[in-house]
Amino acid sequence: MPQYEKILLKNMEQPGYSGSLQDYERTGGYQALRKVLKGISPADVTDIVKNSGLRGRGGAGFPTGVKWSFVPKDHPGPKYLCCNADESEPGTFKDRQLMERDPHQLLEGMVLTCYAIGAQTGYIYIRGEFRLGATILERAIEEAKQAGYIGQNVLGSGLTANIYVHAGAGAYICGEETALLESLEGKRGMPRFKPPFPATHGLYQQPTVVNNVETLANIPHIVTRGAEWFASIGAPPRSTGTRIFCLSGHVKWPGNYEVPMGITFRELIFENGGGMRSDSKKLKGIIPGGASAAFFTEEHLDVKLDFESVAQAGSMLGSGGVTVMEEGTSMVWAAMRLMEFFYHESCGKCTPCREGSSWLLQTLQRIWARRGRAEDLDMLLDLCKNIEGRTICAFGDAEVAPVVSTLRYWRNEYEELIREAEVTRPAKGEIPVFTH
Amino acid sequence: MLLEKHQELITELLSRYPVKRSALLPLLNLAQREEGYVSEAAMKEIAKILDLTPPQVYETATFYTMLNLKPIGKFHIQICKSIMCGLVGSDDLIQWLQNRLGIRVGQTTGDRLFTLSAVECLGSCGTAPMMQINDDYYEQLTAEKVGRVLEDLRREGTSPLKSGPFMFPQPAGSR
Repeated sequence: MPQYEKILLKNMEQPGYSGSLQDYERTGGYQALRKVLKGISPADVTDIVKNSGLRGRGGAGFPTGVKWSFVPKDHPGPKYLCCNADESEPGTFKDRQLMERDPHQLLEGMVLTCYAIGAQTGYIYIRGEFRLGATILERAIEEAKQAGYIGQNVLGSGLTANIYVHAGAGAYICGEETALLESLEGKRGMPRFKPPFPATHGLYQQPTVVNNVETLANIPHIVTRGAEWFASIGAPPRSTGTRIFCLSGHVKWPGNYEVPMGITFRELIFENGGGMRSDSKKLKGIIPGGASAAFFTEEHLDVKLDFESVAQAGSMLGSGGVTVMEEGTSMVWAAMRLMEFFYHESCGKCTPCREGSSWLLQTLQRIWARRGRAEDLDMLLDLCKNIEGRTICAFGDAEVAPVVSTLRYWRNEYEELIREAEVTRPAKGEIPVFTH
Repeated sequence: MLLEKHQELITELLSRYPVKRSALLPLLNLAQREEGYVSEAAMKEIAKILDLTPPQVYETATFYTMLNLKPIGKFHIQICKSIMCGLVGSDDLIQWLQNRLGIRVGQTTGDRLFTLSAVECLGSCGTAPMMQINDDYYEQLTAEKVGRVLEDLRREGTSPLKSGPFMFPQPAGSR
């Protein structure tokens, strides 16, 4: 297995590293915070992050420093930082490891971010299922408070940075930043119309920055080692730094791999992940960036894992969840399984997504049950066309991706199932109704 | 009675937010931990604590899948059925669990010990198939392992097979 210099997973891979404050301090923890409080201005911290080229690790890949700079500096009221720890994108499990194994790395990143944007309060919105992670974070916050890294008057500098854990209650959509804010305000987690953006009208209509766990965990390292160092890693200038890729599916060694951006799928899957779990079966499909990303085929194995390359090849790097499927996997089944997820998780605010996900799912289920009709494939594409780009948040675009991409690469599998339906269809032309 | 029992915790929770309503999810979660589900009485009480109307609490509670609005069994088995787990055999496990417990997905056993749900991704695809029972994750499941977990829970109320802090793959050398 090739070795790359790790940034985020380095500490936790040391034998015996427990993630306690003591352990974290021993590996240089909270030095970035001390350095900043000794005399780097908030604007300079923002500049360092901007120059590092760090882009959001949650899915959209927006430049982090730029996001911070949208927060108005002269705002008279409070500002907020929200850490998006609502990790629910199928195929993604990196934030869980970062929080459970090295909570202080995240907390230091949050205090630094609070300092940079002028927020006094930070909330960690963690998905409700991560009870263990929430408990570990609560404990770490208590430790950091005792040591003076969090709370009033951080390290005697006069900086106030209160950090709280806020657990969700099971809704994928709350990972969308405005839905997260709604949920944090105690409402149904439905996305808000943008603009205005959270940077000016976020939590309680105050300026707010929402950043992913992995994004925030990078901040202390960037501050300590400098923007240039970070910008030299990966695939500069647009995709800098490392990325934790979550490898799952039919590979030998699934798991989290932190690698510099810009390595290829082939390197990730075959060198890091040990290749396919069964040597006799070839790779058939890849979901390159979580359930919302369009499928890739074996022909895309040499695509580089950076934002631009994956986008150019017709998908997105998304949340970093790479799922591998071997020969013999039905892609109609795969699309249907994903659609079950999207149907279940659509928040119901926008009609195209709410109704469309139900139509897509029912049509896919019909085809899978050998009751499809020849016109179904065009109808699927027509439905997708009427969902994509017509919803408030990106969920609508996400739910059509698996359908459109499987139809693009494996249309014959759909047609095969429909042909089976023709043969087995009852003479009178029964139209089955599927209900959930 | 939430307020009576957890006065201190609730005061602390409320102090975290400038707007009372923000404490709604934490309080609903608390109510569920107390009784296993969120009862109507609890929702009314939470409404009072937060100066909301009961429908405001109810409309929010119905949005979130983790909140059970009806009583469930002592152990809530939530097995992941999303595609990543599906690729490595979660469907067989669900079938196995249904047979073993003698119930279908969505039902509770007669002794009110187990409720079985098939849920969407719980964020441990690298260690699939997996399930969550109450607060704990159980990963890299096989039918044999699930059977042991069920036995442990029946006997002890807890199982040593649950996951600790997540680390996967294990650091080099231990594989």
